[in-house]
Order: sequence, then structure tokens, then C-alpha cells
Amino acid sequence: MRRAEWEGISFTAVMLALAALCFLLLVLPTIVVIVVSFTSGFSLKFPPPGYSFRWYAALLDAWQLQFAASNSLQVAAGTTVLAVVLGVSAALAIARSERWTARLLDSLFMSPLVLPALAFGLASLMFFTLIGLPVSPLTLIIGHMVVCVPYVVRTTVAALAQLNPALLESSTSLGASGIYTFRRVTLPLIRPGILAGGFIAFMSSFDNVPVSLFLRDARTDMLPIRMWQDLEGKLDVTIAAVSGVLIVVTLALMLLMERVAGLSRRLR
Amino acid sequence: MSARPAASTTTDDLRLALPLAAFFAVFFLAPLAILIFVSLHTDPSMTRMGLTQYARFLLDPFSLQVLGNTLWVGVEVTVLCLLLGFPMAWAYLRAPKWAQTALIIVVLLPLLTSVVVRTFAWIVILGRQGIINTALISLGVIDSPLRLLYTEGGMVLALAQVQMPLMVLPLITALSRLDPNLLDASLALGAGQWRTFRKVTLPLTLPGIVAGCLLTYAAAITAFITQTLVGGGQLLFMPMYIYQQSSTLNNWPFAAAVSIIFLVAVLAVVSVFNVIGRISKGYAQA
Repeated sequence: MRRAEWEGISFTAVMLALAALCFLLLVLPTIVVIVVSFTSGFSLKFPPPGYSFRWYAALLDAWQLQFAASNSLQVAAGTTVLAVVLGVSAALAIARSERWTARLLDSLFMSPLVLPALAFGLASLMFFTLIGLPVSPLTLIIGHMVVCVPYVVRTTVAALAQLNPALLESSTSLGASGIYTFRRVTLPLIRPGILAGGFIAFMSSFDNVPVSLFLRDARTDMLPIRMWQDLEGKLDVTIAAVSGVLIVVTLALMLLMERVAGLSRRLR
Repeated sequence: MSARPAASTTTDDLRLALPLAAFFAVFFLAPLAILIFVSLHTDPSMTRMGLTQYARFLLDPFSLQVLGNTLWVGVEVTVLCLLLGFPMAWAYLRAPKWAQTALIIVVLLPLLTSVVVRTFAWIVILGRQGIINTALISLGVIDSPLRLLYTEGGMVLALAQVQMPLMVLPLITALSRLDPNLLDASLALGAGQWRTFRKVTLPLTLPGIVAGCLLTYAAAITAFITQTLVGGGQLLFMPMYIYQQSSTLNNWPFAAAVSIIFLVAVLAVVSVFNVIGRISKGYAQA
């Protein structure tokens, strides 16, 4: 065999083998959780000794988990509304600006993505204690907002960058007012970007641990923290059923957002 | 609000950014300032000011070990993600259209699934009665279950899976921007596949690699849930250290100082990545 051919084959083989390994690593855990959530036994043994819906049925009585889930949903909804309103308006301002202040604001709004969120969570607790605001759903929403709004700003700025300025100019030159142009031209064109950002903000608020860890108490128990504490104490099979529900709902929402907002293109 | 919102897309009007900027000033920058202020106290009841908390951390071999371990685990996870994520992105771009849709869902699902759920999966896989132990025992390789959970190796593997999407997505973008003519030219001129990969593909996708590594690294060292549940109580990393000191021991000044040191360490790593990124961008365009 010629050397070039052999090289081509060995290169492709190595790349495909590693990609296959990566594929397994990504898929396997999800499948394992789904399978084990249908176990009929009392342990996380894999493969399960038998299959049943008992742990899903047990969720109906798990009031602590239900309470935490409802808290998490409310906080995530509040966070998303606030993040979309403030994030989109900020994105409109900084997206096309060449000013150094706009670059500075952009870096500021993105910085929660790389800073350790746990340090920010602790800082927030100290801040709210100092100004005498007790922890509540409101303080949770404020804390989540800081770490979730970067996603909205990023996807909206990206959508605005793809906007053809000629469209806005022709709308204005045809006599449309600024607000009319925004409502009828800008907004429809950047809507998928806003939707994708809002969706990611919602999911990351619902899943937030580092900020919730400091800003919740017994009255505002959050689902990921409840699950974490349940798993630290004992390896609870109920958590497998919660995980099953979360995986199915996440997958359904993700496919929906892929269809209406082209989610995967906006995450790259 | 401004009377002409659309104007902000054509003119330099930053007024619409003011609400968010004010929000960040009060609820992001002010808390960080207070964190610094609290860290400058010598005692937990915060009566005297001083730098003793920082001295306590920086002179304590145990604390330095925790910091070093945390930063090192980030390196291990990032290298593993790059090693597996690059071929994944490479295969994605060569896959037929239907397979691309399936692959992108496989990559995205872990990113959007709750971190506790993803970590929980690894407890099931690595546990005493988990897949790996069951398989090895039934194959007769081992007699009694191996201890895989609560080890650094198991934790690095779990962290790599949890953070993999953050590596793969920027790599897909970088590889898709690569001009296929360059690869053809290199191959036609006699460089083999491996040499083309080393001399053309890698340098030209370096900005994407740096972006992916930065996101993966930052996420891996702060992954509180995965670190505590798969790493267990024996392995202590910076996030849990901060949580213990503040919530369990109520030592706010020390917890604040540890947070600041962690923040500074992360910022240092981020700026190193940014410098490499800038150099590699110049290299990629040259």
C-alpha cells in the first residue's frame, strides 16, 4: 500500500474512533439514567433486577421535591422575564456601537460567564445581609438574573449583527417612525435570537446551584439543591425518576426551540 | 426609555443599556466590592481590619494544595475534552445531514440537562453495583467491586462529559470556517493526512480551540455539584472549600479571602487564554 493511502486510513480511523468514544460518553449517561429510573428494586443497581413505574408513582407523594420544583419554576420564570427585558434593551444599545464604553459594557455583561459563580453567590449573600434584605424569591431572582442575562445579551447581539441595516434605513426613509420600525422590522428579525437566549437563561436559572446555595432557605428550597442534598445523604432512587422527568422535558423543549429558534446555530 | 428604540441599531445611543448597567453596578459589582471588604477583616466577628486571612491561606500548605488540585483538575478535564471533542467536531462536519441533526442533539442535550441529573448518571455508572463493576465481575476480570466513585479519575471522566458541549460547539464553528481548498492543496502537494492536520488544520482552528478550552476550564474548576457528588468528601476543591468555610463554619472573612484568591486565579488563567487566543488569531489570519 502507498504511504499516503495508509496515512489517510490511519488518520480517519483514529479520528472516528475518538469521535465514537466521545459519542458514547455523551449518550450513555442519559440512557443509563432513563433505564435505572424504571427499576423495580430499591437500589441503583445496573442493570436493574426488574422494571416498574413505582419510582415515578412515588414522585406523586414526594411533596418536598414538588415544593422545590415549583419554587425553581417560579424563580426561573421571573429571572427569564427580567433577563429578556433588560438584556434585549442592553443588546440593542451595544450591538452596533463602536464606542469603547459599549465594548466595556459588553465585557461587564459577559463576565459572570467566566467568574466562579460560587464566589458571586457568597458575595450576594453578604450584600443582601448588609443592606438588610432577607433571602426570598426576590433575592434569588436578582442573583440568578446576573448569571443568566449574559446568554440573552449574547444571542441578541449576534442576531442584531446579522441584521441588514438597509432594511432599517428603507423603513425609516419610507416614513416609518422609530418605534414602528422596531416593532415591525427589527423585532421580528431578531425574535429567534431573543427566544434562544431566553430559553437558555430559563434552563440555566432552573439548574442554578452556586447562587441558590447561598440565597435560598427552607421556605425557598430549590430543586437542584434538594436533589443534591438527597444524593449526598443517601443514593435515593426517587432522584432517578426526577431525572427521567427532567430529561424528557428538556429534550422536548430543546426540539421545540430548535424548530422555532434554530437553537443549535445560536449556541455556536 | 428612549423615544426611538430602533435608532440604537444605527446610531451610538447607549441609553438603552443603562438599566442593565445599573442593575450590574448594584447587584454584581457592589457585592464583589463587599466581598473584598469582608475579606480584609482579621476575625470572624469582623471588628479589626488586616490582611491575615490572605496570609492564612497563602502560608497554609493544605489550602495551597486545595487551590493547586482545583487548577490541575481543570487542566486534566480540558485536555480530555479536547482529545475527544476535536474528533467529534471533525466527524460532525463530515457526517451526512440527517446524522448532523442527531449529533447536534446528542451534544446539546447534556448542555441543557440539569447538572445534578448528569452527575447522578455517573453515580449509577461508577457505583459499586454500577455498569462498570457489573460488567467486569460478570466477565470474571475482578472478584469484588472496584472503588470508582469518589476517586479523582472517576471525577475527571464525569466532569469531561458534563463540560464536553462547551468544547465541541466552538470547535464545530472553527472547523466549519476552515477553507477545504487549503486541506486539498496541502494533500495535493504531498503532505500526508497527519502532517496536514498538524500543519494546517490545528493552527487555523487554534482560536476555536482556545475558546473551547477557556469555557471548559472555567466550568470544570467551578463545577460544585460534580466535584462533591462524584469526587466525594475525600477530595476537596475550591468551591466546596468556600462553601464549608462560609456556611458550615460561618467564617465569612476567610471564605471571602478564599473566594477572592480563587477569582484572581481564574482571572489569571482567563487572561493567559485570551493572550494565546489573540496570538493564535494573528497566526490564523497570517
